[in-house]
Formats: sequence, C-alpha cells, structure tokens
Amino acid sequence: MPEIRNFSIIAHIDHGKSTLADRLIQKTGMVDERMFRDQLLDTMDIERERGITIKSQAITLPFVNADGQEFELNLIDTPGHVDFSYEVSRALASCEGVLLLVDASQGVEAQTLANLYAAMEHDLEIIPVINKIDLPSADIERVKEQIEIDLGLDSDLAVLCSAKKGTGIEDVLEAITELIPPPAGHIDKPLAALIFDAHYDPFRGTVVSCRVSSGKVSQGDTIRLMSTGATYKVEEVGIFRLTREPKDSLSAGQVGYILAGIKTVSDTRIGDTITLDSRPASNPLPGFKEVKPVVFSSVYPVASDEYQSLVDALEKYKLNDAALVYQKDSSAALGMGFRCGFLGLLHLEIVQERLEREFSQSIIMTSPTVQYRFLLTKGKTITIDNPIYYPDPVTIEKAYEPYIRANILTPERYMGAVMDLCTERRGIDSRFNCPTPGRLEIQFDMPLAEVIYDFYDRLKTVTQGYGSFDYDLLDYRENDLVKLDILLNGEKVDALAQIVHRDRARPRAIIACERLKDEIPRHLFKIAIQGAIGGTIIARSTISPFRKDVTAKCYGGDITRKRKLLEKQKKGKKRMKMIGSVTLPQSAFVAVLKSDSK
Amino acid sequence: MQNKQIQIEQDTPSHFPGLYVHVPFCRSKCPYCGFYSIASPTLIPRWLNAFKKEISHCKGHFKEFDSLYLGGGTPTMLDIRDLSNLMDQIFNNFDIAQDAEITIEANPCDLNREKAAAIKSLGFNRISLGVQSFEDNELSFLGRRHTARQAERAMKLLRSLGFENIGVDLIYGFQGQSIKGWINTLKRAIEFEPEHLSCYQLSIEKQTPFVRLYKKGLLSPLSEEMQSAFFLTTSKFLEQHGYTHYEISNFAKNNSFFSRHNRKYWHHVPYLGLGPSAHSFQNSTRWWNIKSVKKYCEMLEGGKAPIDGYENLTEEQLRLEKISLGLRTSQGLDLNKIPDSPESNNMLLRLQDSGFLQIINNKIMPTKKGFLVADQLPLYLLSFAEHS
Repeated sequence: MPEIRNFSIIAHIDHGKSTLADRLIQKTGMVDERMFRDQLLDTMDIERERGITIKSQAITLPFVNADGQEFELNLIDTPGHVDFSYEVSRALASCEGVLLLVDASQGVEAQTLANLYAAMEHDLEIIPVINKIDLPSADIERVKEQIEIDLGLDSDLAVLCSAKKGTGIEDVLEAITELIPPPAGHIDKPLAALIFDAHYDPFRGTVVSCRVSSGKVSQGDTIRLMSTGATYKVEEVGIFRLTREPKDSLSAGQVGYILAGIKTVSDTRIGDTITLDSRPASNPLPGFKEVKPVVFSSVYPVASDEYQSLVDALEKYKLNDAALVYQKDSSAALGMGFRCGFLGLLHLEIVQERLEREFSQSIIMTSPTVQYRFLLTKGKTITIDNPIYYPDPVTIEKAYEPYIRANILTPERYMGAVMDLCTERRGIDSRFNCPTPGRLEIQFDMPLAEVIYDFYDRLKTVTQGYGSFDYDLLDYRENDLVKLDILLNGEKVDALAQIVHRDRARPRAIIACERLKDEIPRHLFKIAIQGAIGGTIIARSTISPFRKDVTAKCYGGDITRKRKLLEKQKKGKKRMKMIGSVTLPQSAFVAVLKSDSK
Repeated sequence: MQNKQIQIEQDTPSHFPGLYVHVPFCRSKCPYCGFYSIASPTLIPRWLNAFKKEISHCKGHFKEFDSLYLGGGTPTMLDIRDLSNLMDQIFNNFDIAQDAEITIEANPCDLNREKAAAIKSLGFNRISLGVQSFEDNELSFLGRRHTARQAERAMKLLRSLGFENIGVDLIYGFQGQSIKGWINTLKRAIEFEPEHLSCYQLSIEKQTPFVRLYKKGLLSPLSEEMQSAFFLTTSKFLEQHGYTHYEISNFAKNNSFFSRHNRKYWHHVPYLGLGPSAHSFQNSTRWWNIKSVKKYCEMLEGGKAPIDGYENLTEEQLRLEKISLGLRTSQGLDLNKIPDSPESNNMLLRLQDSGFLQIINNKIMPTKKGFLVADQLPLYLLSFAEHS
C-alpha cells in the first residue's frame, strides 16, 4: 500500500499556485507532455481566461521518493482571491499540510497571512515555499526574513523553487513526504467521509467529492447522508486523476468521489458526513463554518418565461458553489427572480458568468449592495439587503451600515495614494505598522459598501500592482443613509436604486446618470435619466434619439444580407430588459455603481 | 378616407415574377459601389456563352415574367451585337409578357444616338440612367467617367428617341456637400421631367475603395443631423414638384411609374436572377449565384448551375423580411403582420404619436420621419411583442 499525503497549496493571488500545481503534476508523470497545457487544474473556461482559480480541484499524484517508497499525494488546488477564502478553508479541512507559497520578489502579502491563519486554525503542517527564485528582482534573503518575522515560521525549512522554470520541484515533493504527516484514522472504524465539494453530472447525477476520515466505502455499499438520513446505493467510487478514475473502494485518509445516483440536488450538502447505512458512525464530522454573504444582488431571467429554468440552474449551480445563498424575490421592473448573497464582488461576477456559460441562462443582475439596519420610530429594528425595502424615511430613527477593518500591505512609497483612496471611501481610524523596512501595513475602518465595488482594482491601480488587501467584518455603525432612486423617462426603476451616504448622494447620482447614459443604447425616443432622493431630482442626463438609421439601398434581390443584420440586432435586443419603453442592457444594472475616478 | 383606400388597392404590386440579368462588367470601378462587377471586358464573350447555358438550366422554372431588368455592372457597355444577342436569348427562352416593363441601366457616356436607338428597338421601354450628380467635381470624387453635360445630352437624346419612362439615379450626402448644392442638382434633374428618380444617400460599402479611405480617416460621413436634413429636404422638394416618395430612396411621377421590377424585391414576389452574384426568390427559397465571372463560367462550362448558396426562409424570417421591407415603402404593411399583444399595440400607438408611422385602414405606413429610422422600426415592433 502506498502511503498517503493530503496537501494543499495556499498563496496570495498571482504568487504561482496553479503553475506549481502544473509542475507537480508533470513531475509525477500524470500527464503526457503531449496532453499538457498550462493551468491544468483550472478546467473552467472562465478560470483559464482570467488566469485565476475559482474552484478547488483535487487530483491524486503517484510519487516514489528517493528511498524508493511509494506515495499517493492528494493535491487540492485552491483559489487565491479574498472572495474565495471559503473554498480555501473547505479544502484545508481535507488536508494534513499545506505548501505556503511566497513570491520571491513580492514577498509576504495580505492574503498570505490570511491563508496562513486559516491553515493554523486547522492545525496543519506548514511548509513555506519560495517561488519565482529565477526572477532578477528575487530577494530570497528578505523573503526568508519575512517568513521568520511576519509569519513566525522556520525559514530554514523553506523550499526554494521556480515553478515556471521547473527547478526545485523534486525538493518540494520530498518535503511533502517528509514533513506532512500521513492521515490519521482507522480503516476498521465505521465510515465517516466529509463532503467537501459536489457538482452535477447530467448523466450520473451528483458527483460527490469527499475525504474519508475513517472506515471504507466500496461500490455496492448503501451509504447514508447523516444530516438528512437519506440512503443511496453506491454505483461507483474512485479518485481524481485528470478525469475520474474508478477504484474498488476508498478508505481512511483517501480523497475521492462517490457516485450514488443522487438525483435530488438539494440532498447533497457540503460539509455533510457520509456513513454506511449498515454500520453508521456515532457522530458526524465537524462540518464547515457557515459562510455569511456580505454582498447582495438580485438575479432575474431576461425573459419572464425562463424563470423555471433559472430555478433549476440555481439549484444545480449551488451544488458546486456552497457559498452562494439565495431566496425568492420580485421586482416591479424585472418580475420574479432571486435575491442572492455573495462573498464579494468577484464571487458575484463569477456566479453571473457561470450561470450564463455553464447553464445557458440569460440573466439580469442588479447592482450589488450590503445589509443595512434601520431602527424605526416604533422601536423596531429591520435589516434589509435590498434598496427596494428602504423604509419610509419619516419612520427612520437611526440607520446603520456594516464596517470592515481593511488590512492593506504596500510598499511605503504608495502610502499617500492609499490614504487618499481610503479616505475617499469614507475610511477612518487609520493605523500603521511597519513589519519590514520599506513595507507598510495600513489599517482602516471603512464601510463595507465602499469596498464591494472596485476597491481592490483601484488599490491595484494606485499602488501599481504592489498593494494587497484583506478585510475582516467589524460591526454596524450609525450613518446618515438615504435611498437614491433612478428614474428613466420619469419612471422609477426599483432595480436601479441604491442606498448611499447622504453626503455622497449627489456625486453618486451624477456618476450613475453618466454611466447609464454610456450603457443604454440610443432609442427612437429621447430618454431622460434622473437621480432623485425622495421627490428631489439631484442629477440628470439625456440620451438623444436616433436621427437617422436607414440603409439607402436594399441591394437588388439580396434581402438576405439585410435580414441577417436585423436578426442579429433582434437577438441582441432579446438579451436586454425592457422597462417601460426603454431597453436596458444587462451591464446597466451594475454600471450605476462603477467607480467615480476613471 | 375612401379615396385613400382605392389608391392603396391600385398600388398593389403585380404578382407576376420578374427577371433580372446581372451584366458583371464596367469600364472602370466606381470607388463607392458595392455591387459586383469587373473591369476586364475580355471575358465578355465567354460570359455570354456561359449565360446561354445558365438560361437552359432555368427555363421552365418560372412562368410568365412581367418585368425584365438588365442591371450590373454596366449593361450599356456591351456592344449592340452582344446586347441584341443577349436579348434574343432571353426572349427565345422565357415567356415575357406583352406589356412587360423592360429596363436597362445606362451610363451616360455609353449612349450615342446609334446605341440608344438600338436599345429602343431591342424592346427596352424604361431606362435607368446613372447620372449621380450634376456637379463635375462631385462626379470626379465619385469616380464617374462622364460630365454633367454628357448626362444632360444623354437625357435629351433619350427623350428625342421617344423613351417615355426615364429614371435618373442620383447620389447625395457627401462630405462637404451643402443642401443648397444638392437642391441645385435636383433642380437640374427635374428640368428634364424624368418619370422616376432614385436618390441614394451615400453609404460606405464593404470592400470598396471608399471604405478604405474611411478607415484611414480620409473620408467621413455627414453627421446624423445633416443626413436627416438632406433626406427630409429631398423628399419635400420632390413632392412639391409632383413626385411621389414611394420608397426610402425612390420617387416617381405617379404610381404607374413605380419601378415594377424593384417592387417585386420589396413584396416577396418571385424573381429569377441570372448572371454572377444575382439573387433569386421563389416559394420561400432564396438562392444566389457565385460572385465571380470566372467561376460562374467554369461552373456552367462544367455543366453545373452557378449557384453559390441558398436558404429556405422560415415563417419567422419571412415575417421579419415582410415587416422590414414593408416599412421601407409608403404603402407600408398590413397591421395583422404585427403580433397582436397589448405590448406591441402600445408600441404601435407610441410610434404613431411620435410621428414615425400612421395607421390607416389596417395598414401601418411609415411617415418621412419613419423612413429615416426604417432600420430600427422592425426591432421595435417585434422585440416588444417577444419581450412580453
């Protein structure tokens, strides 16, 4: 029997996780050189296009060490962006150790720290790996110092490598086998397997990814999901190579998948424990911390008759993304839909794109917002995550919004720019810390609403890519919050409303009107766009109508060419949403929030 | 109201099919023109032979034609012998009605007395004369080989030979052109009292020298406001002078001079197109010939029909075309072509109130303002119904 090691790679975004994973896969001979492509584990198109990892992926690598001992290394690749920390923590629950990757020229970043703490919480063995040592700007000594001081890890254990050049990969593999302990757990005990991921296969039903903590599960067994008590007959078990590879059984310590004809999507719950019906485990495994969404937005089908199809798509999607929460919702302008909670803006964007690509849904998403609290004159407190439910202003005693503590790491020279950005976003109570010479840790307390949009992008811009950002939710604080309505040709569009701080209402309204002017195509009629608080108009813009749009000649008998153009335009229009007499593209609904500074 | 209805009924286009022959040769290529032609006359004899073969492929497919249209290219570039040969082929193989409208597109510089008389004797009863402008500087900008004087001489000549249905083609809306200058061109055109006028607003066509100039920034179209002003002025001026504005770019002295042939394209009446790049339509099928004289000849010489592609139009596509073509004509389209839903009825009323169309006797008729946005109107009438 080969020995098992379960490990994960964690790192700040862009420090080279996916590249290191690629090299480990290549080194262990898992893929033909012919079949190899970069970012091998990022199977979604959207991951490859954006060069980021969204979903954790598991793969089992066979490895024989220098002493000739056989190993089965289960690598769980994880996302790097702050929005997906949840994916990371779930992956960590299935491991005994991690490779903490640090870029040799960038050094320790905010997300490196956040990931390190997550790994410590799970009591995992941590191996620091310094990547990109081939870069001319690499400063290995400085990074080692950061590992000692900032991270409190033993820098002598750090493995040096260049995933891009393929140097040091052997050392990384040896370190995994030497330093990471084998999984505990007995094969003779009752089965307990933790579901850490799932996705829906139209032919096979739900594919459950799990890690077996104790016992053994084989084809033909009857399994029980401990939270619901539902039982299923196991059709197939196996491990993840590049595709699913069936095995006779999965036993304690192994990571793999189970197919059991689970057709009811909602039966599978991430964090649930699988046991055997005939010999159940006495207690379920500790599941995962429930994630709390921080950003909210509504999803509507473009065509109202596609509502049912959206219901099905969301159910199946949710299987593969436990962090998404949603409930029914309706809007005067957009009809029936869902109010969804997300972990952040990138998460929202990814959900939107995946629903469109993988589930062929044409959807409209409204501008994202946070959860607000209002103390009403009658003494009641209400919480709303949708501007539609903004209470009658005369009944509002006090208004509260969520605050975060932003942790920003940046080279000292960008201090001024970062300070400006944070104060512009209503940041207060700044603190500074100087972990290593030349680097600055800046803390700000800020309203969450100010960072959900493009704060991260703006931070990257003002620090020329060097700044990094992470945050913790703090508390709710009182503020003067008003509802900014948007009117199109005099008609209020509920889905375009937002809640803003009174002092910021006017500039925000002006921006929203300008953005909408850019996003809404010209019509045959003039379109007046207005921003209003209560009955007072505080901003406006106008879209002038078409004066002329006609082809002079219909090309003899070639009507086909003309019709094809019309068909294309018609299809484009179908993807837009009709509100009153105005057609709005999907982009308009989030455009109202876009940044003030270009 | 009663009168109006009678007039609409008289306007109904004929249901006989039309025959189009594409003569794919020009003496030189005009830089704005997107129609297919080549400037090498050496291929004419080979093309004529191939054309005979094409005729034998299609004869019998269509019954009696009541229009024949020789377009191009420049059909008047053919010498009298070739032209008469071509017409013999057509008349010997197809059934052309006694009172058919028989049109030839003519370039002013090809028309001497002998050629014009021959054209008359070959049976042509309608001439579409490519004048384009009465300003010599504009003619040279457009790459035309003739002068304004030549065009005037050609018109006089045609009249003196007894042609009673003359159409003049004009282009307007260039960079730097003034409305006053354009009206002047129109005035000079109507001095000859042509029965028909086609006034095309300059558009920049794909794969032409103009599109290359445009991409380099050396040619820019007029602003939308200017284009709109040019269009409305044209319509008003010609209507004041007794012309009916019956299609976006077409005007006629009265409805008996509406182009019978062109109207077939706009009303889904069957038509057969012969020659390279020509399109045909019958029974919801549209097909088109290969856009290359050489390949056209090779295919026919090899015993094959020179067809490049075809499509069978679905009900939905037919409806879309009917609506978009209908809204390009003053006659408009039947109200029942538009889906009957509260949303589309609201939209119809809105478009009527805003002055884009009129609804009279269950017909939707575009106004002049509607003509100006005719490419948008079908989208409004259809998308609103489908969004509901």
